Amino acid sequence: MDRQAILDELKKVLVPYTENKELLGGITEDTDLLKDLKINSANLVDIIIDAESKYNIEIDFDSAEKMITVRNCIDVIAEKMNA
Amino acid sequence: MSRRVVVTGVGVLSPNGIGVPAFLHALQNGVSGIRFIPKYEELKFNCQVAGIPQFDWEDLRNYLPEVTFHGLRSIGIGYGVKAALDAWTDAGYTIGNDKTLWDTGCVFGSSVADTDVIRNAIERVDAKESKKLGSRVVEQIMGSGITAYVAGRLGFGNRTISNSAACATGTQAIVMGYEYIRNGAAKRMLTGSSEYVDQYVFGAFDSMRILSRKFNEQPQQSSRPMSSSACGFVPGSGAAALMLEDMEYALERNATIYAEIVGGATNSGGQRCGGTMTAPNPAGVIQCIQTALAEGKVDPGAIDLISGHLTATAADRLEIRNWSTALGRTGEDFPMINSLKSMIGHCLSAAGSIEAVAAVLQLKHDFVHPNTNLEDPDPEIVRIAGADHLPVTMIKKEINTVAKANFGFGDVNTCLIFSKFNQHG
Repeated sequence: MDRQAILDELKKVLVPYTENKELLGGITEDTDLLKDLKINSANLVDIIIDAESKYNIEIDFDSAEKMITVRNCIDVIAEKMNA
Repeated sequence: MSRRVVVTGVGVLSPNGIGVPAFLHALQNGVSGIRFIPKYEELKFNCQVAGIPQFDWEDLRNYLPEVTFHGLRSIGIGYGVKAALDAWTDAGYTIGNDKTLWDTGCVFGSSVADTDVIRNAIERVDAKESKKLGSRVVEQIMGSGITAYVAGRLGFGNRTISNSAACATGTQAIVMGYEYIRNGAAKRMLTGSSEYVDQYVFGAFDSMRILSRKFNEQPQQSSRPMSSSACGFVPGSGAAALMLEDMEYALERNATIYAEIVGGATNSGGQRCGGTMTAPNPAGVIQCIQTALAEGKVDPGAIDLISGHLTATAADRLEIRNWSTALGRTGEDFPMINSLKSMIGHCLSAAGSIEAVAAVLQLKHDFVHPNTNLEDPDPEIVRIAGADHLPVTMIKKEINTVAKANFGFGDVNTCLIFSKFNQHG
Protein backbone atom coordinates (compact mmCIF):
# COMPACT_ATOMS: atom_id res chain seq x y z
CA MET A 1 0.00 0.00 0.00
CA ASP A 2 1.58 3.33 -1.05
CA ARG A 3 1.36 6.56 0.94
CA GLN A 4 -1.58 7.88 -1.07
CA ALA A 5 -3.53 4.67 -0.49
CA ILE A 6 -2.78 4.84 3.24
CA LEU A 7 -3.90 8.48 3.30
CA ASP A 8 -7.16 7.63 1.54
CA GLU A 9 -7.91 4.97 4.13
CA LEU A 10 -6.71 7.18 7.00
CA LYS A 11 -9.24 9.83 6.01
CA LYS A 12 -12.03 7.30 6.50
CA VAL A 13 -10.68 6.51 9.97
CA LEU A 14 -10.68 10.23 10.85
CA VAL A 15 -14.22 10.97 9.63
CA PRO A 16 -16.15 10.03 12.82
CA TYR A 17 -13.76 12.06 14.98
CA THR A 18 -13.79 15.23 12.87
CA GLU A 19 -16.81 17.37 13.63
CA ASN A 20 -16.25 19.74 10.72
CA LYS A 21 -16.11 17.45 7.68
CA GLU A 22 -15.00 20.30 5.40
CA LEU A 23 -11.63 20.28 7.13
CA LEU A 24 -11.03 16.78 5.75
CA GLY A 25 -11.28 18.09 2.20
CA GLY A 26 -8.06 20.07 2.52
CA ILE A 27 -6.07 17.33 4.20
CA THR A 28 -2.35 17.04 3.30
CA GLU A 29 0.58 15.27 4.90
CA ASP A 30 1.26 18.47 6.89
CA THR A 31 -2.19 18.49 8.50
CA ASP A 32 -2.06 18.37 12.31
CA LEU A 33 -4.82 16.19 13.77
CA LEU A 34 -5.49 18.35 16.82
CA LYS A 35 -4.72 21.85 15.56
CA ASP A 36 -5.99 21.64 11.99
CA LEU A 37 -8.76 19.05 12.19
CA LYS A 38 -9.81 20.15 15.73
CA ILE A 39 -9.93 16.55 16.90
CA ASN A 40 -10.37 16.09 20.66
CA SER A 41 -7.08 14.76 22.03
CA ALA A 42 -8.94 12.05 24.01
CA ASN A 43 -10.08 10.61 20.66
CA LEU A 44 -6.49 9.95 19.46
CA VAL A 45 -6.75 6.69 21.39
CA ASP A 46 -9.86 5.73 19.40
CA ILE A 47 -8.19 6.67 16.11
CA ILE A 48 -5.25 4.41 16.96
CA ILE A 49 -7.61 1.54 17.85
CA ASP A 50 -9.53 2.00 14.59
CA ALA A 51 -6.29 2.23 12.59
CA GLU A 52 -4.97 -0.97 14.19
CA SER A 53 -8.09 -2.76 13.14
CA LYS A 54 -8.21 -1.24 9.65
CA TYR A 55 -4.58 -2.02 8.73
CA ASN A 56 -4.33 -5.14 10.85
CA ILE A 57 -1.31 -3.80 12.74
CA GLU A 58 -0.32 -3.07 16.32
CA ILE A 59 0.71 0.43 17.29
CA ASP A 60 2.82 0.55 20.46
CA PHE A 61 2.86 3.48 22.89
CA ASP A 62 6.05 5.02 21.54
CA SER A 63 4.80 4.95 17.95
CA ALA A 64 1.40 6.29 18.98
CA GLU A 65 3.01 9.33 20.56
CA LYS A 66 4.53 10.24 17.20
CA MET A 67 1.14 10.39 15.46
CA ILE A 68 0.65 14.16 15.52
CA THR A 69 0.45 15.07 11.84
CA VAL A 70 -0.92 13.07 8.94
CA ARG A 71 2.67 12.52 7.77
CA ASN A 72 3.59 11.01 11.15
CA CYS A 73 0.53 8.77 11.00
CA ILE A 74 1.36 7.49 7.54
CA ASP A 75 5.00 6.90 8.59
CA VAL A 76 3.92 4.80 11.57
CA ILE A 77 1.28 2.86 9.66
CA ALA A 78 3.62 2.16 6.72
CA GLU A 79 6.37 1.04 9.09
CA LYS A 80 4.08 -1.33 10.98
CA MET A 81 2.58 -2.75 7.79
CA ASN A 82 6.04 -3.55 6.46
CA ALA A 83 7.29 -4.97 9.73
CA MET B 1 -35.75 35.19 51.76
CA SER B 2 -36.62 32.04 49.93
CA ARG B 3 -37.26 32.22 46.20
CA ARG B 4 -40.30 30.82 44.40
CA VAL B 5 -39.65 28.01 41.93
CA VAL B 6 -41.59 27.32 38.75
CA VAL B 7 -41.58 24.63 36.06
CA THR B 8 -40.98 26.16 32.63
CA GLY B 9 -40.27 23.13 30.48
CA VAL B 10 -40.71 19.36 30.41
CA GLY B 11 -39.25 16.52 28.39
CA VAL B 12 -40.45 12.94 28.49
CA LEU B 13 -39.51 9.59 27.03
CA SER B 14 -42.12 7.22 28.42
CA PRO B 15 -42.95 3.66 27.41
CA ASN B 16 -46.39 4.94 26.34
CA GLY B 17 -45.33 8.11 24.57
CA ILE B 18 -42.26 10.10 23.58
CA GLY B 19 -42.56 13.87 23.68
CA VAL B 20 -45.27 15.90 25.38
CA PRO B 21 -48.09 15.60 22.77
CA ALA B 22 -47.83 11.80 22.53
CA PHE B 23 -47.46 11.39 26.29
CA LEU B 24 -50.43 13.67 27.02
CA HIS B 25 -52.56 11.68 24.57
CA ALA B 26 -51.48 8.42 26.21
CA LEU B 27 -52.27 9.75 29.70
CA GLN B 28 -55.73 10.90 28.71
CA ASN B 29 -56.57 7.68 26.90
CA GLY B 30 -55.01 5.13 29.21
CA VAL B 31 -52.54 3.94 26.57
CA SER B 32 -50.31 1.11 27.77
CA GLY B 33 -46.59 1.01 27.01
CA ILE B 34 -46.08 -2.52 28.31
CA ARG B 35 -45.04 -5.25 25.89
CA PHE B 36 -44.09 -8.93 25.84
CA ILE B 37 -40.30 -9.33 25.57
CA PRO B 38 -39.41 -12.61 23.79
CA LYS B 39 -35.84 -12.43 25.14
CA TYR B 40 -37.20 -12.63 28.70
CA GLU B 41 -39.05 -15.84 27.88
CA GLU B 42 -35.81 -17.26 26.49
CA LEU B 43 -34.00 -16.23 29.69
CA LYS B 44 -36.66 -18.07 31.75
CA PHE B 45 -37.69 -14.98 33.68
CA ASN B 46 -40.93 -15.29 35.64
CA CYS B 47 -41.93 -11.86 34.39
CA GLN B 48 -41.69 -11.57 30.60
CA VAL B 49 -43.19 -8.13 30.05
CA ALA B 50 -41.69 -4.64 30.38
CA GLY B 51 -42.33 -1.00 29.63
CA ILE B 52 -39.92 0.07 26.88
CA PRO B 53 -40.03 3.42 25.06
CA GLN B 54 -40.27 3.05 21.28
CA PHE B 55 -37.19 5.16 20.80
CA ASP B 56 -35.35 5.65 17.51
CA TRP B 57 -31.67 5.79 18.50
CA GLU B 58 -30.82 7.77 15.35
CA ASP B 59 -32.97 10.60 16.71
CA LEU B 60 -30.05 11.42 19.03
CA ARG B 61 -28.20 12.81 16.00
CA ASN B 62 -30.50 15.81 16.42
CA TYR B 63 -29.23 16.33 19.98
CA LEU B 64 -25.53 15.54 20.00
CA PRO B 65 -22.52 16.49 17.87
CA GLU B 66 -21.69 13.69 15.47
CA VAL B 67 -18.40 12.87 17.18
CA THR B 68 -20.18 12.46 20.52
CA PHE B 69 -22.97 10.39 18.97
CA HIS B 70 -20.45 8.12 17.20
CA GLY B 71 -19.14 6.50 20.36
CA LEU B 72 -22.32 6.60 22.46
CA ARG B 73 -23.51 3.14 23.48
CA SER B 74 -25.29 3.76 26.79
CA ILE B 75 -29.02 3.66 26.22
CA GLY B 76 -29.68 5.24 29.62
CA ILE B 77 -27.51 8.23 28.72
CA GLY B 78 -29.25 8.47 25.35
CA TYR B 79 -32.67 8.54 27.02
CA GLY B 80 -31.52 11.12 29.58
CA VAL B 81 -29.93 13.42 27.01
CA LYS B 82 -33.09 13.48 24.91
CA ALA B 83 -35.42 14.13 27.86
CA ALA B 84 -33.17 16.83 29.33
CA LEU B 85 -32.57 18.68 26.07
CA ASP B 86 -36.29 18.48 25.23
CA ALA B 87 -37.12 20.13 28.57
CA TRP B 88 -34.53 22.82 27.85
CA THR B 89 -35.95 23.65 24.41
CA ASP B 90 -39.54 23.34 25.71
CA ALA B 91 -38.61 26.13 28.13
CA GLY B 92 -37.77 28.30 25.14
CA TYR B 93 -33.99 27.93 25.13
CA THR B 94 -31.74 26.91 22.28
CA ILE B 95 -28.98 24.31 22.21
CA GLY B 96 -25.46 25.26 21.26
CA ASN B 97 -23.76 28.23 22.84
CA ASP B 98 -20.11 28.75 23.70
CA LYS B 99 -20.64 30.37 27.11
CA THR B 100 -20.57 28.84 30.56
CA LEU B 101 -23.95 29.43 32.22
CA TRP B 102 -22.86 30.07 35.80
CA ASP B 103 -26.40 30.52 37.09
CA THR B 104 -27.63 27.20 35.70
CA GLY B 105 -27.10 23.66 36.96
CA CYS B 106 -28.38 20.14 36.66
CA VAL B 107 -29.46 17.34 38.98
CA PHE B 108 -30.02 14.15 37.06
CA GLY B 109 -30.28 10.69 38.54
CA SER B 110 -30.20 7.03 37.66
CA SER B 111 -30.24 3.86 39.70
CA VAL B 112 -27.43 1.96 37.99
CA ALA B 113 -24.96 2.84 35.25
CA ASP B 114 -25.53 1.06 31.96
CA THR B 115 -24.70 -2.60 32.56
CA ASP B 116 -24.61 -3.36 28.82
CA VAL B 117 -21.67 -0.96 28.54
CA ILE B 118 -20.11 -2.45 31.67
CA ARG B 119 -20.57 -5.96 30.26
CA ASN B 120 -18.68 -4.97 27.11
CA ALA B 121 -15.81 -3.70 29.28
CA ILE B 122 -15.82 -6.90 31.32
CA GLU B 123 -15.75 -9.08 28.21
CA ARG B 124 -12.89 -7.12 26.62
CA VAL B 125 -10.82 -7.13 29.79
CA ASP B 126 -11.39 -10.83 30.39
CA ALA B 127 -10.34 -11.51 26.79
CA LYS B 128 -7.10 -9.58 27.52
CA GLU B 129 -8.17 -6.88 25.02
CA SER B 130 -8.50 -3.91 27.35
CA LYS B 131 -6.46 -1.79 24.94
CA LYS B 132 -9.38 -1.98 22.50
CA LEU B 133 -11.84 -0.30 24.88
CA GLY B 134 -10.95 3.22 23.78
CA SER B 135 -11.68 6.61 25.26
CA ARG B 136 -15.47 6.47 25.51
CA VAL B 137 -16.14 3.73 28.05
CA VAL B 138 -15.33 5.48 31.33
CA GLU B 139 -17.66 8.41 30.67
CA GLN B 140 -20.51 5.96 30.03
CA ILE B 141 -20.06 3.74 33.05
CA MET B 142 -19.50 6.52 35.57
CA GLY B 143 -22.52 7.24 37.75
CA SER B 144 -22.43 10.87 36.66
CA GLY B 145 -22.55 10.01 32.96
CA ILE B 146 -25.87 11.61 32.08
CA THR B 147 -25.19 14.77 34.05
CA ALA B 148 -21.80 15.09 32.37
CA TYR B 149 -23.32 14.76 28.89
CA VAL B 150 -26.20 17.17 29.58
CA ALA B 151 -24.17 19.81 31.42
CA GLY B 152 -21.48 19.67 28.74
CA ARG B 153 -23.93 19.99 25.88
CA LEU B 154 -25.61 23.03 27.43
CA GLY B 155 -22.64 24.65 29.19
CA PHE B 156 -23.95 24.52 32.75
CA GLY B 157 -21.63 26.11 35.30
CA ASN B 158 -23.62 25.83 38.53
CA ARG B 159 -24.14 22.65 40.57
CA THR B 160 -24.08 19.54 38.36
CA ILE B 161 -25.06 16.62 40.53
CA SER B 162 -25.92 13.00 39.87
CA ASN B 163 -28.17 11.51 42.51
CA SER B 164 -29.21 7.95 43.17
CA ALA B 165 -31.95 6.93 45.58
CA ALA B 166 -33.42 3.82 43.95
CA CYS B 167 -37.09 4.34 43.04
CA ALA B 168 -37.13 7.77 44.71
CA THR B 169 -34.32 9.07 42.47
CA GLY B 170 -36.44 11.09 40.04
CA THR B 171 -38.47 13.03 42.58
CA GLN B 172 -35.36 13.49 44.71
CA ALA B 173 -33.52 15.10 41.77
CA ILE B 174 -36.41 17.55 41.37
CA VAL B 175 -36.47 18.27 45.12
CA MET B 176 -32.74 19.01 45.08
CA GLY B 177 -32.98 21.35 42.10
CA TYR B 178 -35.97 23.07 43.69
CA GLU B 179 -34.02 23.59 46.94
CA TYR B 180 -31.01 25.14 45.18
CA ILE B 181 -33.19 27.70 43.43
CA ARG B 182 -35.34 28.33 46.50
CA ASN B 183 -32.20 29.02 48.52
CA GLY B 184 -30.80 31.36 45.87
CA ALA B 185 -27.86 29.19 44.81
CA ALA B 186 -29.00 28.91 41.19
CA LYS B 187 -31.46 30.61 38.84
CA ARG B 188 -32.17 27.57 36.70
CA MET B 189 -31.85 23.85 37.37
CA LEU B 190 -32.50 21.12 34.81
CA THR B 191 -33.69 18.12 36.84
CA GLY B 192 -34.78 14.60 36.08
CA SER B 193 -33.78 10.97 35.84
CA SER B 194 -33.22 8.18 33.39
CA GLU B 195 -33.48 4.40 33.61
CA TYR B 196 -32.54 1.69 31.17
CA VAL B 197 -33.45 -1.68 32.65
CA ASP B 198 -31.28 -4.26 30.93
CA GLN B 199 -31.68 -8.00 31.39
CA TYR B 200 -29.20 -8.20 34.27
CA VAL B 201 -30.96 -5.70 36.50
CA PHE B 202 -34.31 -7.16 35.42
CA GLY B 203 -33.13 -10.66 36.35
CA ALA B 204 -32.10 -9.52 39.81
CA PHE B 205 -35.57 -8.08 40.46
CA ASP B 206 -37.17 -11.19 38.97
CA SER B 207 -35.28 -13.34 41.45
CA MET B 208 -36.78 -11.35 44.35
CA ARG B 209 -40.24 -12.64 43.28
CA ILE B 210 -41.70 -9.15 43.32
CA LEU B 211 -42.45 -8.88 39.59
CA SER B 212 -45.78 -9.48 37.84
CA ARG B 213 -45.74 -13.01 36.35
CA LYS B 214 -49.38 -13.96 35.75
CA PHE B 215 -50.08 -11.75 32.75
CA ASN B 216 -47.24 -12.56 30.35
CA GLU B 217 -49.81 -13.31 27.66
CA GLN B 218 -51.76 -10.08 28.32
CA PRO B 219 -48.92 -7.57 28.69
CA GLN B 220 -51.19 -4.53 28.86
CA GLN B 221 -53.00 -6.02 31.85
CA SER B 222 -49.86 -7.00 33.73
CA SER B 223 -49.40 -3.84 35.81
CA ARG B 224 -52.32 -3.61 38.26
CA PRO B 225 -51.67 -1.09 41.06
CA MET B 226 -54.27 -1.04 43.88
CA SER B 227 -56.18 -4.02 42.44
CA SER B 228 -57.10 -7.25 44.21
CA SER B 229 -55.30 -9.11 41.42
CA ALA B 230 -52.06 -7.09 41.75
CA CYS B 231 -49.21 -9.56 41.75
CA GLY B 232 -46.02 -7.57 41.50
CA PHE B 233 -44.60 -4.74 39.45
CA VAL B 234 -43.55 -4.56 35.81
CA PRO B 235 -40.12 -2.99 35.26
CA GLY B 236 -39.95 -0.12 32.81
CA SER B 237 -37.38 2.10 31.13
CA GLY B 238 -37.47 5.74 30.17
CA ALA B 239 -36.54 9.24 31.23
CA ALA B 240 -38.05 12.62 31.94
CA ALA B 241 -36.87 16.09 32.87
CA LEU B 242 -38.29 19.28 34.31
CA MET B 243 -36.76 22.71 33.74
CA LEU B 244 -37.00 24.59 37.02
CA GLU B 245 -36.50 28.36 37.28
CA ASP B 246 -36.54 31.11 39.79
CA MET B 247 -40.01 32.65 39.38
CA GLU B 248 -38.78 36.21 38.86
CA TYR B 249 -36.20 35.05 36.32
CA ALA B 250 -38.93 33.18 34.41
CA LEU B 251 -41.37 36.11 34.54
CA GLU B 252 -38.73 38.53 33.34
CA ARG B 253 -38.27 36.56 30.13
CA ASN B 254 -42.01 35.91 29.73
CA ALA B 255 -41.56 32.17 30.01
CA THR B 256 -44.54 29.83 29.79
CA ILE B 257 -45.08 28.47 33.29
CA TYR B 258 -46.52 24.98 33.70
CA ALA B 259 -46.75 24.95 37.49
CA GLU B 260 -45.12 26.09 40.70
CA ILE B 261 -43.34 23.75 43.09
CA VAL B 262 -44.57 24.95 46.46
CA GLY B 263 -43.05 22.23 48.63
CA GLY B 264 -40.63 19.36 48.51
CA ALA B 265 -39.03 16.98 50.96
CA THR B 266 -36.80 13.93 50.97
CA ASN B 267 -35.94 11.81 53.98
CA SER B 268 -35.42 8.25 55.16
CA GLY B 269 -37.27 6.15 57.67
CA GLY B 270 -33.92 4.87 58.88
CA GLN B 271 -34.97 1.26 58.22
CA ARG B 272 -36.55 1.23 61.68
CA CYS B 273 -40.09 0.70 63.01
CA GLY B 274 -41.25 -1.46 60.10
CA GLY B 275 -38.82 0.10 57.67
CA THR B 276 -36.26 -2.24 56.05
CA MET B 277 -34.03 -2.19 52.99
CA THR B 278 -37.13 -2.82 50.87
CA ALA B 279 -40.07 -1.58 52.98
CA PRO B 280 -40.80 1.94 54.21
CA ASN B 281 -41.08 2.98 57.83
CA PRO B 282 -44.59 4.55 57.83
CA ALA B 283 -43.41 7.32 60.15
CA GLY B 284 -40.79 8.34 57.57
CA VAL B 285 -43.33 8.45 54.74
CA ILE B 286 -45.80 10.46 56.79
CA GLN B 287 -43.16 12.91 57.97
CA CYS B 288 -41.91 13.37 54.39
CA ILE B 289 -45.39 14.19 53.03
CA GLN B 290 -46.19 16.49 55.94
CA THR B 291 -42.86 18.33 55.63
CA ALA B 292 -43.49 18.99 51.93
CA LEU B 293 -46.98 20.30 52.74
CA ALA B 294 -45.77 22.48 55.61
CA GLU B 295 -43.03 24.00 53.49
CA GLY B 296 -45.59 25.25 51.00
CA LYS B 297 -48.06 26.13 53.75
CA VAL B 298 -50.48 23.85 51.91
CA ASP B 299 -53.59 22.72 53.76
CA PRO B 300 -53.83 18.91 53.35
CA GLY B 301 -57.46 19.51 52.41
CA ALA B 302 -56.33 21.45 49.35
CA ILE B 303 -54.74 18.43 47.66
CA ASP B 304 -56.88 17.64 44.60
CA LEU B 305 -54.86 14.72 43.34
CA ILE B 306 -52.31 12.26 44.67
CA SER B 307 -49.90 10.90 42.09
CA GLY B 308 -48.92 7.80 44.02
CA HIS B 309 -45.88 5.57 44.00
CA LEU B 310 -48.23 2.52 43.91
CA THR B 311 -46.26 -0.19 42.14
CA ALA B 312 -48.80 -3.07 42.32
CA THR B 313 -47.33 -4.96 45.25
CA ALA B 314 -48.61 -5.56 48.77
CA ALA B 315 -47.06 -2.18 49.65
CA ASP B 316 -49.90 -0.35 47.84
CA ARG B 317 -52.22 -0.87 50.81
CA LEU B 318 -49.65 0.50 53.23
CA GLU B 319 -49.06 3.49 50.97
CA ILE B 320 -52.76 4.35 50.93
CA ARG B 321 -52.86 4.12 54.74
CA ASN B 322 -49.83 6.42 54.95
CA TRP B 323 -51.38 9.01 52.63
CA SER B 324 -54.58 8.90 54.65
CA THR B 325 -52.72 9.45 57.92
CA ALA B 326 -50.43 12.14 56.50
CA LEU B 327 -53.32 14.15 55.03
CA GLY B 328 -55.86 13.33 57.74
CA ARG B 329 -58.35 12.41 55.01
CA THR B 330 -60.35 9.19 54.57
CA GLY B 331 -63.23 7.84 52.48
CA GLU B 332 -65.49 10.59 51.07
CA ASP B 333 -62.88 13.18 52.02
CA PHE B 334 -59.94 11.42 50.33
CA PRO B 335 -58.48 13.10 47.19
CA MET B 336 -58.40 11.54 43.74
CA ILE B 337 -55.47 9.15 43.41
CA ASN B 338 -53.81 7.51 40.44
CA SER B 339 -50.79 5.47 39.47
CA LEU B 340 -49.15 5.97 36.11
CA LYS B 341 -47.48 2.59 36.63
CA SER B 342 -50.72 0.93 35.52
CA MET B 343 -49.83 2.09 31.98
CA ILE B 344 -46.04 2.06 31.86
CA GLY B 345 -44.88 -0.19 34.70
CA HIS B 346 -42.31 0.90 37.24
CA CYS B 347 -39.50 2.84 35.62
CA LEU B 348 -37.40 2.66 38.83
CA SER B 349 -35.23 5.79 39.00
CA ALA B 350 -37.15 7.33 36.08
CA ALA B 351 -40.54 6.72 37.70
CA GLY B 352 -40.42 9.93 39.72
CA SER B 353 -39.54 12.23 36.85
CA ILE B 354 -41.97 10.67 34.35
CA GLU B 355 -44.75 10.77 36.96
CA ALA B 356 -43.84 14.35 37.87
CA VAL B 357 -44.28 15.34 34.22
CA ALA B 358 -47.65 13.54 34.26
CA ALA B 359 -48.59 15.47 37.43
CA VAL B 360 -47.65 18.79 35.85
CA LEU B 361 -49.65 17.99 32.69
CA GLN B 362 -52.73 17.02 34.74
CA LEU B 363 -52.47 20.37 36.55
CA LYS B 364 -52.03 22.33 33.37
CA HIS B 365 -54.81 20.59 31.44
CA ASP B 366 -57.20 19.98 34.36
CA PHE B 367 -57.71 16.23 34.24
CA VAL B 368 -57.05 13.07 36.21
CA HIS B 369 -55.58 10.24 34.16
CA PRO B 370 -57.20 6.83 34.53
CA ASN B 371 -55.90 3.92 36.58
CA THR B 372 -55.92 1.15 34.03
CA ASN B 373 -56.44 -2.47 35.14
CA LEU B 374 -58.37 -1.40 38.24
CA GLU B 375 -61.64 -3.24 37.60
CA ASP B 376 -61.17 -5.06 40.91
CA PRO B 377 -59.83 -2.57 43.46
CA ASP B 378 -58.48 -3.93 46.73
CA PRO B 379 -61.31 -3.72 49.32
CA GLU B 380 -59.04 -2.24 52.01
CA ILE B 381 -57.92 0.48 49.57
CA VAL B 382 -61.55 1.22 48.64
CA ARG B 383 -62.42 1.50 52.33
CA ILE B 384 -59.71 4.11 52.94
CA ALA B 385 -59.68 6.02 49.65
CA GLY B 386 -63.34 5.72 48.64
CA ALA B 387 -64.42 4.05 45.38
CA ASP B 388 -65.05 7.43 43.70
CA HIS B 389 -61.43 8.47 44.03
CA LEU B 390 -59.92 5.61 42.02
CA PRO B 391 -60.83 6.65 38.45
CA VAL B 392 -60.68 4.02 35.71
CA THR B 393 -61.39 6.48 32.92
CA MET B 394 -60.07 10.02 32.49
CA ILE B 395 -61.86 12.63 34.58
CA LYS B 396 -61.98 16.26 33.48
CA LYS B 397 -61.75 18.26 36.68
CA GLU B 398 -60.11 21.45 37.91
CA ILE B 399 -56.82 20.45 39.49
CA ASN B 400 -55.02 23.10 41.53
CA THR B 401 -52.67 21.12 43.74
CA VAL B 402 -51.03 17.73 43.26
CA ALA B 403 -48.98 15.73 45.74
CA LYS B 404 -46.40 13.46 44.08
CA ALA B 405 -44.38 10.97 46.09
CA ASN B 406 -42.01 8.07 45.50
CA PHE B 407 -40.48 5.57 47.89
CA GLY B 408 -37.30 3.61 47.25
CA PHE B 409 -35.16 0.75 48.49
CA GLY B 410 -33.05 1.92 51.38
CA ASP B 411 -36.23 3.33 52.98
CA VAL B 412 -35.87 6.62 51.08
CA ASN B 413 -38.91 8.87 50.58
CA THR B 414 -39.52 11.97 48.50
CA CYS B 415 -42.57 14.17 48.10
CA LEU B 416 -43.27 17.16 45.88
CA ILE B 417 -46.25 19.52 45.95
CA PHE B 418 -47.12 21.12 42.60
CA SER B 419 -49.63 23.98 42.33
CA LYS B 420 -51.15 25.91 39.47
CA PHE B 421 -49.10 29.04 39.06
CA ASN B 422 -50.57 32.27 40.38
CA GLN B 423 -48.07 35.08 40.62
CA HIS B 424 -49.97 36.78 43.42
CA GLY B 425 -50.95 33.53 45.16
